[in-house]
Amino acid sequence: MRPAAVTAADLQAGTELPGRSVPVDRQRLLDYADASGDQNPIHQDEQVARRVGLPDVIAHGMWTMAAAVEVVTDWVGDPGRVVSYQTRFTQPVVVPADGGALVEVTGRVTAVDRQAARATVELQVTSAGQRVLGRALAVVDLG
Amino acid sequence: MGVNTAFQGRSYPPTEPYLVERSHVAAFADAVGAGSDLHRDPEAARAAGYADVVAPPTYAVVVAQRCDAQLVQDPEAGIDFSRVVHGSQAFAHHRPLVAGDRVVGTLHVDTVREAGGHAMVTTRSELATPEGEPLCTATSTIVVRGQS
Repeated sequence: MRPAAVTAADLQAGTELPGRSVPVDRQRLLDYADASGDQNPIHQDEQVARRVGLPDVIAHGMWTMAAAVEVVTDWVGDPGRVVSYQTRFTQPVVVPADGGALVEVTGRVTAVDRQAARATVELQVTSAGQRVLGRALAVVDLG
Repeated sequence: MGVNTAFQGRSYPPTEPYLVERSHVAAFADAVGAGSDLHRDPEAARAAGYADVVAPPTYAVVVAQRCDAQLVQDPEAGIDFSRVVHGSQAFAHHRPLVAGDRVVGTLHVDTVREAGGHAMVTTRSELATPEGEPLCTATSTIVVRGQS
């Protein structure tokens, strides 16, 4: 691993990570469908999405989860330092054909274990003013 | 027909090995906006001590979904995929996945529960090398919405 860009000794719970805004459009969802193998049509076809009661095409929850953790990876400097990551999917990210959507991600350190050189980051992830991920927690290895 | 709760506790044999390829790691990283050079540049990855380019933190879902398919596509399980919503997901990495890894997944159906007309199914895919080195534990809960 690369040396961590942050050290556990200097880190305090409550530290805010630099946030980011991530645009997502239909092409991005097709790219993710191809890369991940998840070809569920609710992420591609608005008629199918509406038929199952959704307002429009929605992003793969797994796309949103992956896009959000970039805030953590950027901050720590090495994706291999993310040792665990979990979330609940609370609201879908609705992706209209025209203009797509924006996902806003911020992160905050909620716990630092100096002995184990690990920190827990909680992500706040919203789109169109709604929280789309719940209890999104990443643990990073700072050793 | 509802979801078959008799599947709770069921485990499946390990899947065929899945080869993590450099070009696929890069394509996945591009699709999720993962910017690190460690996803794309083998020299940078080796300089950081990895055997090859590093997969993004959620890449393991590619193999985990293949494991889940054994359950979801089994007509006996009674899961209508068009009514499936992803409820939650967790990854516990035992070491980072890198290009060149061969990954086998063993699927466990931890819980199948019915509540309020919906069903919740929690699966756990234990990902490892064919030699048995643990790589990642991927846990997923899906909600199968009832006919309203």
